[in-house]
Amino acid sequence: MTSERQTLPEEHYLKAGWDLKSWLLTTDHKRIGLLYLVSITFMFAIGSLYAGIVRFNLLVPDGSQMSAEAYNKAFTGHGVVMVFFFLIPSIPATLGNFLIPLMIGAKDLAFPRINLLSWYIYVVGAALTMWALVTGGLDTGWTFYTPYSTALSESNVELAAIGIFIAGFSSILTGLNFIVTIHKMRAPGLSWFRLPLFVWAHYATSIIQVLGTPVIAITILLVALERIFHFGFFDPNRGGDPILFQHLFWFYSHPAVYIMILPSMGVISEIVTCFSRKRIFGYSFIAMSSLAIAALGFLVWAHHLFVSGMSVYSAMVFSALSFLVAVPSAIKTFNWTATLYRGSVKWDTPMIYVFCFIGLFLIGGLTGLFLASLGVDVHLTDTYFVVAHFHYIMVGGAIMGYLGGLHFWWPKITGRKYVEAWGKVSSLLVFVGFNLTFFPQFVLGYLGMPRRYHAYPEEFQILNVLSTAGATILGFGYLFPFSYLTHSVFRGEPAGDNPWGAKGLEWTTQSPPTTHNFDLIPVVTEEPYDYASPPKEAARV
Amino acid sequence: MSELAAHGGAEHHPALQHHFTSLEQQRAASSLGMWVFIAQEVLFFGGLFATYTVYRTQYPDAFSAGSHHLSWKIGFFNTLVLIGSSLTMAMGVYSAATGKKNRVVGFILATILLGSVFLGVKYFEYGDKIRPCFGDGSHAGCLVPGERFDASALHLAGPAAGHAQIFFSLYFGMTGLHALHMIIGIPILLLIAYWSWRGRYSPEYHTPVELVGLYWHFVDIVWIFLFPLLYLIGSH
Repeated sequence: MTSERQTLPEEHYLKAGWDLKSWLLTTDHKRIGLLYLVSITFMFAIGSLYAGIVRFNLLVPDGSQMSAEAYNKAFTGHGVVMVFFFLIPSIPATLGNFLIPLMIGAKDLAFPRINLLSWYIYVVGAALTMWALVTGGLDTGWTFYTPYSTALSESNVELAAIGIFIAGFSSILTGLNFIVTIHKMRAPGLSWFRLPLFVWAHYATSIIQVLGTPVIAITILLVALERIFHFGFFDPNRGGDPILFQHLFWFYSHPAVYIMILPSMGVISEIVTCFSRKRIFGYSFIAMSSLAIAALGFLVWAHHLFVSGMSVYSAMVFSALSFLVAVPSAIKTFNWTATLYRGSVKWDTPMIYVFCFIGLFLIGGLTGLFLASLGVDVHLTDTYFVVAHFHYIMVGGAIMGYLGGLHFWWPKITGRKYVEAWGKVSSLLVFVGFNLTFFPQFVLGYLGMPRRYHAYPEEFQILNVLSTAGATILGFGYLFPFSYLTHSVFRGEPAGDNPWGAKGLEWTTQSPPTTHNFDLIPVVTEEPYDYASPPKEAARV
Repeated sequence: MSELAAHGGAEHHPALQHHFTSLEQQRAASSLGMWVFIAQEVLFFGGLFATYTVYRTQYPDAFSAGSHHLSWKIGFFNTLVLIGSSLTMAMGVYSAATGKKNRVVGFILATILLGSVFLGVKYFEYGDKIRPCFGDGSHAGCLVPGERFDASALHLAGPAAGHAQIFFSLYFGMTGLHALHMIIGIPILLLIAYWSWRGRYSPEYHTPVELVGLYWHFVDIVWIFLFPLLYLIGSH
């Protein structure tokens, strides 16, 4: 650490004003990223609380801790909050918002005011949904399956549906902003195949956000309309078809999984090459596999309906297409592994999360193939095997990438360092806690324990207690980063512009960057991830 | 003009935002943004069109009877009105591109007028179907889905009466969503007309006029699909 790097820069975006107005009316993509960071962290805490309630209830087999109704509301709250208000916006709205203009050498996103609008829409949607959850609750599961949600449920379906409908437009506007920004705002010399893979991943994500989200918006609106104005689309008494709802719902909600995982894959690509000190292996394959996942992701939705009532031939087609998605996912995993090969691997916290991601995503992905197989799926549908599988993708994949990315770019966002030892300890806690929570659930599901019941046969208790113990460890694993990262904002050592010696335009600016990111728009002359030549302005000793 | 100086150069157009390097870049970005927005709109309406396709395939007779009950003459009149409004909108954009300020204002006001005529007609069309549902009487002729729905005017009974409710759910859902888009569009057009009158646009910079034009044409095109699907399928 050289002496001139002991302090933060004189001018930076955080100093542009401390009053509430300077935050609530900001159009700076970096500040909006932080607004999102605070909001989704809050929602994550609520979602985790619901998860805690669920795991607490499942400590005992007889369901004596809470009523079945309360349990239904707890797991629904967990799902709705985590999916719509944490996982979907997580990486794109925080890291994506913060980094995309910096990575492509732009002063801001193409539509800064729409960017701020998207945050307000998110807050309104979240507030309405939370209102629905607190006053009366919601017991439909996050999937809102009809006809239960339209004809039978007596919980706050309309309000929650409207909240989710509104929040959807926040996601659409973020995607729209990214697509236009990536197309039109790149710095001179930054051709498509010089873009960081993080940007490619967000481009693919944005396509799904723009083309998928409106479908769930209209679908969830139809559920609300059916309850309020008695539309008959999903009412079997009038010839309506509840399964049509499932098709429309999963047309978005399956691609939504890729909204969660693709940005995370983008983060992994950035970190793995930096901490291997080696150019990423198979750049164009990783870039194109993001687009392939986005495209194929739209063609597999009906694998959620194998036992709902569908012709055998459609089921076979959807099964085959689902297997096909494994190909681009495997391409990425192989390329990351090949990047490690003969690299000079450094075990800093972001890199530990990369290893967590690769291992857990591998398990999540491969168990997905079990579920895509028609025969096996009949046995496993609606069991804890499915719960474990999608948590390995959504938590083991998406959240590992999110935490890894947060640690990796934290010095850029705040200009300060977190305490590395704490980072390592908590990443270990997260890894152990996560596996202890969800691996037993694979076994439970295989043994036949169904999901969404508040009581279960006694022989499943040991595995359930293990799972709850794991969830407790996982909870601490989340609390630690919250504490030491918050602490570092105020007390952390100044990090310098490029503490990791990383490549990419975002590391050529000061930390934290100025409001306009670059004093002069940079001209890009080199290929991405050129780790063979020394980094520009490396601050690391 | 002090704003200009702050941006450091007389060559900067007042409409140029700080994060763009040129008006051309700004225009291209805005235009792409609107096209992406329209793509999302297509998928938004797409959910309803998919629902329509499924149920029309399943219940062709009830759909035919429901469609027959709608007045194709009123629908046709409204189609002409909307196509007319698209024409005036296109003329408005052309006038903006050629810098004829007064004509821009005139054409946009004409577009608003035609859009309002369309919505007025829609108001009476809806009224005929909704009015019988209120009051204590027999609710004869009530075409709002729900308990008071009366299929006797459609000469349907049994399950087919339920299927007709699905048709009318689609009718209200699709035309309602379409009308909502026009109701959102009209205040935006008013604003653009006002700014145009204030002289904000020029041949170099009239992107907002172009964008609202794109939006308006999209809403019209949705109607071009709705009209035959809802009004004409009973006529053959």
